Amino acid sequence: MKSVVCVKHVPDSAAKVVVEDGEVTWGDAPLVINPWDEYAVETALLQQETHGGDVVVVSVGDDNAKEALKHALAMGCSEAILIKDPNLSEPDSLVVSHVLAATIRKIGEVDAVFLGKQAIDGDVGVTAAQTARVLDWPAFTLVSAISEFDPVSRKIRVERSIEEGRQILEGELPAVISVVKDIGEPRYPSFMGIRKASRANIPEWTLDDLNIELLSSAVAWPEVMNPPVREITNEIIEGDSPEDIADRLADKIMEEKVL
Amino acid sequence: MDFGLTDEHRMVQKLVRDFAQNEVKPVIKDYDRAQEMAPFILPRMAELGILGICFPVKYGGQGMDYISLGLACEELEAVDSTLRVVMSVHVGLNSMGLLQWGTENQKQKFLVPQARGEKIACFGLTEPGAGSDVAAIASTAKRSGEEYVINGEKMWISLASKADHALIFARTTQDVSDPHDGLSAFMVELDRSGVTCGDIHGKLGVRAGSTGFISLQEVHIPESNRIGEEGEGFKIAMACLDNGRYTVAAGATGLIRASLEASVDYAHERVAFGREIGKFQLVQQKIARMVQSYEAARLLYLRAGWMKNQGLRNSRETSLAKWYSTDASFDAAAEAIQVHGAYGYSDEYDVERYLRNAKGAIIYEGTSEIHQLIQAGYALDYRNDRPLRCELPAYDVEVWQS
Repeated sequence: MKSVVCVKHVPDSAAKVVVEDGEVTWGDAPLVINPWDEYAVETALLQQETHGGDVVVVSVGDDNAKEALKHALAMGCSEAILIKDPNLSEPDSLVVSHVLAATIRKIGEVDAVFLGKQAIDGDVGVTAAQTARVLDWPAFTLVSAISEFDPVSRKIRVERSIEEGRQILEGELPAVISVVKDIGEPRYPSFMGIRKASRANIPEWTLDDLNIELLSSAVAWPEVMNPPVREITNEIIEGDSPEDIADRLADKIMEEKVL
Repeated sequence: MDFGLTDEHRMVQKLVRDFAQNEVKPVIKDYDRAQEMAPFILPRMAELGILGICFPVKYGGQGMDYISLGLACEELEAVDSTLRVVMSVHVGLNSMGLLQWGTENQKQKFLVPQARGEKIACFGLTEPGAGSDVAAIASTAKRSGEEYVINGEKMWISLASKADHALIFARTTQDVSDPHDGLSAFMVELDRSGVTCGDIHGKLGVRAGSTGFISLQEVHIPESNRIGEEGEGFKIAMACLDNGRYTVAAGATGLIRASLEASVDYAHERVAFGREIGKFQLVQQKIARMVQSYEAARLLYLRAGWMKNQGLRNSRETSLAKWYSTDASFDAAAEAIQVHGAYGYSDEYDVERYLRNAKGAIIYEGTSEIHQLIQAGYALDYRNDRPLRCELPAYDVEVWQS
């Protein structure tokens, strides 16, 4: 069995992300693997432990993306590939999905592709579905459990977490799967994995290697700005009894048009 | 000169930080209040490989270098000193002593299971009447055929009630002109007949850890359990302390960092006189001092770690790092309480625990007073390090990871 996990490097979730001079900045905070993608790596590794085979981790980006790839290698992925090309600056999710699809085809004989449900920087959350569409494979998004995954019979059965509740879906492999937190806590990297990752020579593929032409993003970010600062004040509602306090609170809520 | 950490170092740092922050931090306050060691700590540290971090793979370790050990200790003590204490005794004082002084058979018998975390190890030097004055050790080991018979009491022993093995120091020769010369070191399996262990309660700090006593009454051990030559015990003890003190220094650096981070967070959050208190210069002064001591302490322990990697003798540098960082950690924790005001005085916040924990490290593994004597001794040329029969092996990535 062969799986591909697609990961992205994002600012550490503890970083303070702000807009300065029209540019998004996170200071000197490190770039790390997108936390949702760690769940995708975990899911792929669990399937590998059951069915054997390889887990290839892929990222589209510059040299900073190697951090995310090395983290995935340290968790246990078999190999890593960086897609790096000067024509891939600021790609939108559709461009990324075309690049990922070409990469997956070039890797060949892939049974499943795993992604996190979204990246915590752009929070777009459509790359999995778009990649599936480009590959013409079924998409299983927002997956919280995989109850059946059989690379021999090519069957997959998953549970999705959607707004209305849980949804059971069945389909065929190969497929693209995006996962949510309930899928299972990601493992820590092992020391053996760290040793392997720190020595890994990560191959870099360009658009030429993938035999695809320069793609232009359909989505642009003409302007980014900090959200308006909210003025927050606190007021403690006092009264003679709990009922009195509740009445005053209700009046206040209506007065302030909160409800 | 390269001040950067390698990819490997940063990944080790993150692994240990994630463990400590995600798994221990949420529950440590409860165990500290209960004066109990969380039962999952040792098995989990073993499972993750942390207990064998800096030992060669062929001895059951993880093949990392001595700087990785220091980084791990910093991350562990940034959450709680008791986690770092595990590293000090199991790794620094005991297992690294075996790596340095043990025969190949002793490494296979003791170091391999310890590095794998299958057996937990502690260090039995201190006695009720012998702390800084190591030569006053009253425990005895008398030869009887191919065995030694050990009698004595060991006190203030971290992990005493949790460990499987102890490195015990006892007097083998009474009639020596210099009492330092009559000591020897022994690995003692703590399930042997005549061994009794227990915990001490009512400590000021490290309450979520195990600190206790080991009583040895007519304990028979084979001669093959003696580490080093007969009479070499004092040198072995001091060499082990060079490694234990390194972990203490690195850990205390983590405690300074925790005090700093808690103070910065609170200084942003707390408002007084209409401003967040971080805007007040006297609060800023306290925070600036914590930054200063953190950076200095970090450089001192990393230098010592680098020297260990190179196979250079580092007794002076390690002693300096340990003295400076433990004193500075106590000051940082005390100032962190001051920044927190009355809240810092309650265990609602972590900083009071930092202060209680910091005090212990100023006493154990050489009091600050002993380290001042050591530093003055080097400066005045009263003290010189002579080569040891067995030096701590320099880190060699090919040897460690093959």
